Amino acid sequence: MTLHPAAAPLAIDPLLDDPATRIIVCCGSGGVGKTTTAAALGVRAAERGRKAVVLTIDPARRLAQSMGIDSLNNTPRQVKGVEGPGELHAMMLDMKRTFDEIVEAHADKDRARAILENPFYQSLSAGFAGTQEYMAMEKLGQLRARDEWDLIIVDTPPSRSALDFLDAPKRLGSFLDGKFIRLLMAPAKMGGRAGMKFLNVGMSMMTGTLGKLLGGQFLRDVQTFVTAMDTMFGGFRTRADATYRLLQAPGTAFLVVAAPERDALREAAYFVERLAAEEMPLAGLVLNRVHGSGAARLSAERARAAAENLEDGRIVDQEAGKAVERGGAAPDGSSPEASGTYEATEAAAAAESPEDHASPDPAAPASNPTFAQASDARSVTTVEQLTAGLLHLHAERMQVLARERRTRDRFTALHPEVAVAEVAALPGDVHDLAGLRAVGDRLADGRATT
Amino acid sequence: MSRFQVVSGKGGTGKTTVAAALALALATEGKRTLLVEVEGRQGIAQLFETEALPYEERKIAVASGGGEVYALAIDAERALLDYLQMFYKLGSAGRALKKIGAIDFATTIAPGVRDVLLTGKACEAVRRRDRQGRFTYDYVVMDAPPTGRITRFLNVNDEVAGLAKIGPIHNQAQAVMRVLKSPETAVHLVTLLEEMPVQETADGITELKGAELPVGKVIVNMVRPHLLDEAAVRAAAGDRRKEVAKTLAAAGLSAPTKLVGPLLEQAAEHAQRVELEREQRGVLAKLGLPTYELPLIGEGMDLAGLYRLAAELRSLGKAFS
Ligand SMILES: Nc1ncnc2c1ncn2[C@@H]1O[C@H](COP(=O)(O)OP(=O)(O)OP(=O)(O)O)[C@@H](O)[C@H]1O
Ligand SMILES: Nc1ncnc2c1ncn2[C@@H]1O[C@H](COP(=O)(O)OP(=O)(O)O)[C@@H](O)[C@H]1O
Ligand SMILES: [Mg+2]
Ligand SMILES: [Mg+2]
Repeated sequence: MTLHPAAAPLAIDPLLDDPATRIIVCCGSGGVGKTTTAAALGVRAAERGRKAVVLTIDPARRLAQSMGIDSLNNTPRQVKGVEGPGELHAMMLDMKRTFDEIVEAHADKDRARAILENPFYQSLSAGFAGTQEYMAMEKLGQLRARDEWDLIIVDTPPSRSALDFLDAPKRLGSFLDGKFIRLLMAPAKMGGRAGMKFLNVGMSMMTGTLGKLLGGQFLRDVQTFVTAMDTMFGGFRTRADATYRLLQAPGTAFLVVAAPERDALREAAYFVERLAAEEMPLAGLVLNRVHGSGAARLSAERARAAAENLEDGRIVDQEAGKAVERGGAAPDGSSPEASGTYEATEAAAAAESPEDHASPDPAAPASNPTFAQASDARSVTTVEQLTAGLLHLHAERMQVLARERRTRDRFTALHPEVAVAEVAALPGDVHDLAGLRAVGDRLADGRATT
Repeated sequence: MSRFQVVSGKGGTGKTTVAAALALALATEGKRTLLVEVEGRQGIAQLFETEALPYEERKIAVASGGGEVYALAIDAERALLDYLQMFYKLGSAGRALKKIGAIDFATTIAPGVRDVLLTGKACEAVRRRDRQGRFTYDYVVMDAPPTGRITRFLNVNDEVAGLAKIGPIHNQAQAVMRVLKSPETAVHLVTLLEEMPVQETADGITELKGAELPVGKVIVNMVRPHLLDEAAVRAAAGDRRKEVAKTLAAAGLSAPTKLVGPLLEQAAEHAQRVELEREQRGVLAKLGLPTYELPLIGEGMDLAGLYRLAAELRSLGKAFS
């Protein structure tokens, strides 16, 4: 299987080796493999001689453990076990800590404490949509300013849309700079209590209404928050703008990560278009978790037909006394897909009597036969059954392949200018350096062919 | 009987899809369900292939047997304006508040206010009765925020405690909490048989239980069929290679010896996946919650697939109603 002729291959190693490459940003929608790709690029870059740092956000627990960054302490640590001439440092973003540090760096001690304790600040720093993106940008700016690494690889937050990474910081910035906050700030600027008198009547009625609705403490907290944050607002916007410019600078490369699925590739297409509009440099698309087959010449239809041929013979076999070994699976010659998991699910339903949910004893295996059966695929004994199983498996694989290829081709038809690297779906998770190297090899190879 | 079913789970595991399928499944024999979304993403409209939902309860589907599914996209700003209207008869002042950004401010960063408004609206629908005193909706199903935020989202009382000790918002929070902590509510978690979502499910359950919120069921989504087990693959890889090649030829396939290698490799990968899934099932089993599985719709999700999932869930009907 080769790449669609329209898509140029994405050359990862030249990108990693080029000393002019200073920042690589891995973007994409949730769950597609951004963190994995970022970490794999970090390992590969270091093993090829770069002094690299990876800023991960929300890595899988085992992956973080294997890189030694499972405790959040918000500064990079060297990753052990990386071979070769370079170095790899890695960190996991602590969003709240990063925000607190900005406050501490920009306000004197008393004011900083007032801010950190304020409920509005706490809600802003812990939960505001976009805070994580903003803090990722902030951290990137900090790492770049330290100038200790010659390559920074940034993972992006697990948001639903890849565009959030670009939009959220501005949204936060304009929120902090919003009309209402400025209105609230105006009297505060004129000096606390005295200033309140200058609130125009309409305004005071409105804030009063909100105050009544939300409780008495409300206005006081808002006022403290706004006054305390006042000096920092300008700073937020300036910093966000500076980091944004960093993303447009030569030396920055964006990699859009996507799975070969409709939604993920649609997001990727939006992102590619947006990068072009923002004049941000796109290196290419990483198509992750692609399936391949070494027997692609055998079509799904032929494989299935051959399997069915064999299965017709299988019934005879079973009647010769082998059905017993098959552990209770339906000996009726039904297709393999039809038995197994889903029936077990129904059995689970049947097992649960109407009264059950009032006093559930969920741990009891009887209410949960799903596991017992679903994990116990049929033990196949005859060579015909075995071969038929292999052929069904192949047919399923070929269908996945065809679907993935169609989705990919739709993307490349739309964006033939985007270079593509395909990374095969590994059978297991990627949770250690060996796994990251395997992903790195596939990234560099660019073709998912197995 | 839980009339309020909240569906959470890691991002992308199928919360919206499962919530929609559940709403369809519960709408049997003349029953009426309300499907609500709270994140302003119009996920329900996309799934049902209809135009964007307004802030208004609207019939979006008829389930088999004549049940009806209504849908509502709850909008926090609109909900706040409604409250202001209700309590203070604001009239046009409400619009002015919106214009200067006060509504945006209050629903964006005033801690918990947004969540109280969203859960408050859903709870109101749960409790609403018609003139005959019957519940307007037999069930309300919520496409909720992901696992990482669900406990904070539902635990509104704690959230607004720092803000409002009196006033309508505080009362509202208490009323919401009464519904959410009662057996009327069940919080289900959707997961895949993969490490990260399973881990998040475990963490989420601990948090929910810590906040005394009623955890419902674990729904394993996108389950793929198991075609071969490891023992079979081992056998095939070992002494039966030649036999397999012969059988392939007997089944009418050409160049069978070249096929055996790749086919066995695929089988080995499959076996590895089965093994990993078994591990994850083991982790889920330890959580001590009823667990149900929904199949992967291989052709991709569309309305037909949604109805198929609903049929699967309906066969679990007793467990969910
Ligand atoms: N059982 C299934 N079989 C096949 N595809 C499915 C299944 N369940 C969900 N999907 C698909 O998986 C994707 C994610 O599903 P969905 O949008 O419901 O997830 P979500 O948890 O609501 O995501 P988000 O966190 O972004 O809100 C969609 O493309 C959906 O069509
Ligand atoms: N090529 C691959 N093959 C197999 N598993 C993969 C691959 N890429 C990613 N994964 C797994 O998918 C899960 C999600 O990946 P992750 O990088 O955390 O996604 P994201 O950061 O985009 O949310 C992880 O468990 C990871 O190990
Ligand atoms: Mg990630
Ligand atoms: Mg959703």
